[in-house]
Amino acid sequence: MSIATSSEERFAQASQLQLTWWRFCRHRLAVISLAVVAFFYLVVIFADFLAIADPHAVDARRSFIPPQGFALFDSGAWSPHVSGLKGVRDPRTFKLTYTPDPARKLPVKFFVRGYSYNLFGVIPTDRHLFGIEGGQPVDGVFLLGTDQLGRDLFSRLIVATRISLSIGLAGVTLSLMLGILLGGISGLYGGAIDTLIQRLIEVVRSIPTIPLWMGLAAALPNTWSVTQVYFAITLIISLVSWTELARVVRGRFLALREEDFVIAAELAGASQMRIILRHMLPSFASHVIAAVSLALPVMIVSETSLSFLGLGLRPPAISWGILLQDAQNVQVLAGAPWLLCAAVPVIIVILAFNFLGDGLRDAADPYG
Amino acid sequence: MTVLEVERLSKSFPIKSGLLQRETGRVRAVQDVSFSIARGETLALVGESGCGKTTVARCILRALPPSSGAIRFSPQEGTTIDLAPLSRSALRPIRRHIQMIFQDPYASLNPRMMVGDIIAEPLLVAGVPLAKRQARVRELLELVGLPPAARTRFPHAFSGGQRQRIGIARALALDPTLVVADEPVSALDVSVQAQIINLLLDLQDRLGLSMLFVAHDLGVVRHVSDRVAVMYVGRIVEVAPTIALYARPRHPYTEALLAAVPKPDPMLRDAAAAPRGEVADPANPPPGCAFHPRCPHAVDRCRVELPELREVAPGNFSACHRAEELTLVGVA
Repeated sequence: MSIATSSEERFAQASQLQLTWWRFCRHRLAVISLAVVAFFYLVVIFADFLAIADPHAVDARRSFIPPQGFALFDSGAWSPHVSGLKGVRDPRTFKLTYTPDPARKLPVKFFVRGYSYNLFGVIPTDRHLFGIEGGQPVDGVFLLGTDQLGRDLFSRLIVATRISLSIGLAGVTLSLMLGILLGGISGLYGGAIDTLIQRLIEVVRSIPTIPLWMGLAAALPNTWSVTQVYFAITLIISLVSWTELARVVRGRFLALREEDFVIAAELAGASQMRIILRHMLPSFASHVIAAVSLALPVMIVSETSLSFLGLGLRPPAISWGILLQDAQNVQVLAGAPWLLCAAVPVIIVILAFNFLGDGLRDAADPYG
Repeated sequence: MTVLEVERLSKSFPIKSGLLQRETGRVRAVQDVSFSIARGETLALVGESGCGKTTVARCILRALPPSSGAIRFSPQEGTTIDLAPLSRSALRPIRRHIQMIFQDPYASLNPRMMVGDIIAEPLLVAGVPLAKRQARVRELLELVGLPPAARTRFPHAFSGGQRQRIGIARALALDPTLVVADEPVSALDVSVQAQIINLLLDLQDRLGLSMLFVAHDLGVVRHVSDRVAVMYVGRIVEVAPTIALYARPRHPYTEALLAAVPKPDPMLRDAAAAPRGEVADPANPPPGCAFHPRCPHAVDRCRVELPELREVAPGNFSACHRAEELTLVGVA
């Protein structure tokens, strides 16, 4: 054998994971999507820190304030500020509309004190990334405007990200466990158990999802707390989505059982456990990851649509679906079109997850 | 002394169809196959695709359970075990004595394991301590002609021929009594085939290997095997020492296979002996001798009576009614 050059040597000693990563990096769109998804999960982790105003704080005086600009310079000098608002009553409709009052400049500061929360759920603090200190009750940084009850939409959107994205993760974890367990049993033992599980999957998949979810969600007692409803919804969503993962796992098991290298391990006298853990699981872990990244957006959309229809989470919980619920009314929308902005992160995240899943799937088998 | 004695081995597969998966027929992949392999001997099992040779190999390795028959295996002198009825767990301690070289060097190595770990796996499973394993892996790599640096690389860095060497090293790791090679060179380029054949010859000399060498043509077999068994539609039609079989085949099918071996000299090429028609369907074999629809020498008797495998010359068995009267053409 000829002496390998350093790049050949790098390739020769590259593990499966490295090869997959190199291949993934060649998929430009998937890498961008990975960054987008990572950004959204950072927002989830630091949601309260990034929020400007308390997402639950109601103030009738701030009702339907339109999105507000943000100036970085004041007559050439660095001084981020927002203009104060001046309420003007329309003489014909008697509707109060807010217009910027350039005379009042409110400086935007970083790491300001605001409402108190627990960072990562444990550290009590009241620091926020930015905001204004003091000012009249009506003053604030309303990047995306406010809703009917005067709650800051930007802060609500950020806090909603937490529930909407974590419900996907929790649901996928649950359906992954179900899927690997049932799919593994199905693929490994075959025979009557396999037939039974496969027919069960077919039955579950043949039930139309929206009526099923509606029925189950309607059955939730309305005395339940937000947390209880959250977990119940997670359970309902993953009840259907495990079937897809179970099929992937079963298919891989069936394919791998016939692979020469698995037979070789068996002929070497390896135990069933060793064959599964050492030879089979590593071979389909990447496929499962790809399947998961494609299952996540389905979960997120499911939660959003359930909440939008009023069947999922209910206020005071905040999720994208609940924010969009406010935008159901055409009259409200005509006056406050900015309420629709909750649809934007849904679209971005779903697209990013789909591209990411695509890239992962392509990269999953670097030998193919 | 015999290492392996296969007696009247049969394997059939059910044909299932319909919603309830009812059995509607059986494919008789292997029927009444008997042969033996002596210590240090290489027996070649030759036949066209679908003749059941791989099924025989897989039954001996017990990757498949045989339908009937005995597979008597002697791991050491004096002990003989019938592998045919053993359960999966009873087989595990015996596995180490019979190893396999696979046909496809790309599918038979786990792409997620380093070459050193692949070769060491049988040792690890057998409970050999780490230091001894590492020493043995180095020894095996040298034995099959690979550099010691190969240990830390992954299979994707190797060519087909090199991968086949890795597969051979893995098969030899535990000093098996019997090696079953399932078409070990048919997936390789011709030039690489020669290298692997030479390696196997070298290993036969140095290690005194007993080997069952499965092949689909008589081209490569000539150099490797001591004896050749020719299979057709699930049955052995001829068994003879290699030299005798090539010089004077005793079955028309062997003659046809020999005629199909590529010859380097174009003047010697002839298409006359190439068999007509297709291989018979093992689910529905023709009556009498299965080869009679393709045989240029077939007579009425061949169409009704199944010929038994019988000794027609010393050490030379044939399943042809006309073995004695025909003078068949071999290769020089």
